[in-house]
Amino acid sequence: MSFARSAIASTRAVVSRSGRRGITSSSARRSESLFVHRDTDYNNPSIKFEFTPENLKLAHDIIARYPPQYKKGACMPLLDLGQRQNKGWTSISVMNEVARLLEMPKMRVYEVATFYTMYNREPVAPNFLQLCTTTPCQLGGCGSTKILDTIQSHLGIHPGQTTKDGKFTLIEVECLGACSNAPMMQIGDEFYEDLTPETTIKILDTLAKGEKPKPGPQSGRQTSENSAGLTSLTTKPYGPGEFCSPEFQ
Amino acid sequence: MLRRIAQKNLARVAGPSRARLLSTTAPRQADITLTIDGKEVSVPQGTALIQACEKAGAAVPRFCYHDRLAIAGNCRMCLVEVERSPKPVASCAMPAMPGSKVFTNTPLVHKAREGVMEFLLANHPLDCPICDQGGECDLQDQSMRYGSDRTRFHEITGKRAVENKDLGPIVKTSMNRCIQCTRCVRFANDVAGVEDLGTTGRGNDLQIGMYIEKTMDSEMSGNIIDLCPVGALTSKPYAFQARPWELKKTESVDVLDALGSNIRVDSRGVQVMRVQPKINDEINEEWISDKTRYAYDGLKYQRLTTPLVREGNRFVPASWETAMETIRHGYLNSGARGDEVRAVAGALADTEALVALKDLTNKLGSENTTLDSRLGDQPPVQSVDIRSNYLFNTSIENVEDADAILLIGTNPRHEAAILNSRFRKQYLHRGTEFAVVGEKFDSTFEYEHLGTSPKDVEAFLSAKGGDKGFAKIWKEAKKPLVIVGSAVTETKDGAAVLKAVGKHVLDNGNRFLTPEWNGFSVLQRAASRAAAYDIGFTPSSSASSTKPKFVYLLNADDVDPSSIPEDAFVVYQGHHGDHGAQFADVCLPAAAYTEKSATWVNTEGRSQMGRTAVPPPGASREDWKIIRALSEVIGQPLPYDDTLQLRQRMYDISPTLVRYDALEKPSPEVVKTGLTFLSSAKQTASSEPFKKPITDFYRTDPISRASVTMADCSKAFTKKDYPLGNVDEKAQASYA
Repeated sequence: MSFARSAIASTRAVVSRSGRRGITSSSARRSESLFVHRDTDYNNPSIKFEFTPENLKLAHDIIARYPPQYKKGACMPLLDLGQRQNKGWTSISVMNEVARLLEMPKMRVYEVATFYTMYNREPVAPNFLQLCTTTPCQLGGCGSTKILDTIQSHLGIHPGQTTKDGKFTLIEVECLGACSNAPMMQIGDEFYEDLTPETTIKILDTLAKGEKPKPGPQSGRQTSENSAGLTSLTTKPYGPGEFCSPEFQ
Repeated sequence: MLRRIAQKNLARVAGPSRARLLSTTAPRQADITLTIDGKEVSVPQGTALIQACEKAGAAVPRFCYHDRLAIAGNCRMCLVEVERSPKPVASCAMPAMPGSKVFTNTPLVHKAREGVMEFLLANHPLDCPICDQGGECDLQDQSMRYGSDRTRFHEITGKRAVENKDLGPIVKTSMNRCIQCTRCVRFANDVAGVEDLGTTGRGNDLQIGMYIEKTMDSEMSGNIIDLCPVGALTSKPYAFQARPWELKKTESVDVLDALGSNIRVDSRGVQVMRVQPKINDEINEEWISDKTRYAYDGLKYQRLTTPLVREGNRFVPASWETAMETIRHGYLNSGARGDEVRAVAGALADTEALVALKDLTNKLGSENTTLDSRLGDQPPVQSVDIRSNYLFNTSIENVEDADAILLIGTNPRHEAAILNSRFRKQYLHRGTEFAVVGEKFDSTFEYEHLGTSPKDVEAFLSAKGGDKGFAKIWKEAKKPLVIVGSAVTETKDGAAVLKAVGKHVLDNGNRFLTPEWNGFSVLQRAASRAAAYDIGFTPSSSASSTKPKFVYLLNADDVDPSSIPEDAFVVYQGHHGDHGAQFADVCLPAAAYTEKSATWVNTEGRSQMGRTAVPPPGASREDWKIIRALSEVIGQPLPYDDTLQLRQRMYDISPTLVRYDALEKPSPEVVKTGLTFLSSAKQTASSEPFKKPITDFYRTDPISRASVTMADCSKAFTKKDYPLGNVDEKAQASYA
């Protein structure tokens, strides 16, 4: 398992401070993730990737949505499909396969895959924790900083890292659009909202056992209704025919 | 091109919006008028605003915009103010609008540009003193006008750092300097046809590269160095060699292929430091191939600098007098009479020398003037009596009008790289269809492969190709173009192929041969070939069967060793101790193309003047002067003593030779006469496949074979053997 070799983690180390620099030079600010591909034993073009028959059928359905001369429009959905099939990350082989299917230059696919942050170009664990740390989540509820601390101390990893047992990967993400239920995180395809340190640990423990915790708000409320109880629409809504003259009831 | 398309599209859109009577037709709005800085200017509809400004004499700074590339609009340096526009507009991405008032010199514009410049400089290293672009850097120049004298950049996290890419032996990268104008990306994708270069990442982390580690395998890659407005892409062979202001610039002509690309030779003292393209829309636009650009270091190695006389197994340096005397004795002792004197001209022989050598050979009573190509010692199959039989009649510029192109036995990518870029352009923007008969090659356009042998040419042209695919397109094409490679005419099937082509062109004369279109072209690949045919540097049939006793090799390095008899006396005249010199009894050192003022006729039949950039090394002399001197020694003095008299002689042979830069178009009737001759051949086509004449693009002539850069390129691109180095391994100073 080379999860620990996550590029995000390795470049993090570089960001801190490069050792030698002269008095006159300003430090170099390197990017958070690597925007070039380096062949590794787990990610290189010789590792074969092919869509499964079901996914291939799905892929052709997606391609059929676009005019034949604009086949390349299907690049993003196909990359997503490939990422799902490839255990949650988009390897160079996935990109190459998509380029081959869509008959477009490989570089054009690489451009798309590097542009969008949700294509993971490094392996991730089955439980991919994406904690939102944008302002509303930072301010709402107990605040995402607390949640981040909880996860870090509970799992012993920092953002961009994977646990030693290979079960969890944690990253910080920008707004996922569930601000009314702040703080929240996305695990796989599910949103876990209204987090508190306690519920977060519960979720993590459930996941560690291999079970799936109930998605949605962890505070028990329905979606984003008022957590202090309803202030309006408290009575039973009237049904069809109510208050009508008897012949219409 | 894009502009032209835009114009066409706009022209197609219905006329003006104002009400018009039924009886009037809409005026074609070809031109629009707008005011720029209070000056009225008319431009064709669809022109970019930046071009209109240019026309009005208002210089607009730019980084990403380039005349010959697609518009990107991402550097924002070309901001101008347009009346009733709430904010400044990027003039490169904005079409000129009729009646609009544009200001390029207002406080708003200046402030906007200064802001853009400040952002660009925020991440740009201050390493101008050690940057190779210094002195010809757009960013440097424009920051003199729009840059601030102090920085507001105090980010503790530092400037953006991007690792360098290893693109091969030609392009050196320093990606910290990149300002992401994407000119190189657009060039690689649209012009060079190498769809490997792109942008990865986003926002501040956007970087130019190929994502995976590989070299940029293109024969045009050197052009991205010119395109780069900053020092991110610089030239590896030229790295830290010179500053632009030290260089003497001489406008000249390239001779390493037959296109005659216009170049500017930059020299310092007696050394050629680099070769740059010179704009010529009719030939090379603004590009040159990597061989043209980087073979110049071959001019330093393997040179003949002094006359050499063979003594036993070795060459001994000699004075000119001794060498000339030796030749005289050799000539007299060989007992060569009449056609037993053979002159062989190679690819790099200039027209003046060819004329002088032919005159000398004729004076010695011989008609045995031959070429060093395959079957060059035979009378050429296409006959040189009619020019259109061996020239690229369509002209390089007009190729862009063709709607279907058939390539026979030629790989334009290697034989005429610049022409190939026009094909790529057509393929992308016009949807021109291509087909190839001959060896398959890694092309930058899609083509249909119709076969490999002369038989397949015959079959296709005699309408046996069926009615599908390219055959159908070919039949319906309004401006079809058939290009016969020069290698085809050098095989024994040449006559048969030309016969089939000639017949086909004549049968479809209404499409192939009109006053404005000539769809029959022969693509030469050697710089001297068209001139040699023009002056009739070909043997008579009786001469070609004579066994020579005295052989004069003029730059002939591709000569077939078996064509030189053991006992013949051989003189080699040229600039490199290459293949041809090893047969010689006497070597005469001559000037290379950068060292002489000479006439070159390109494959279109356009004669151009190459100019002296540096003096010839050592005792070497201009080619024609050597021949003139030798004629004196041999006792048959040629009747010209200076270049003017020689050019007068050239004018007498063919006026086109000295009508510089002009293209003489043959009339359709003359072309038809030539084709009738071709189609009267009796040979029949065999099924022996065509062979590509150039197996290694980077090593085709004495200059490129002597070049270290070309050897590196050959290893990296032809043999695919390039160890990708980690360019950041060596500590690089990041001054800021």
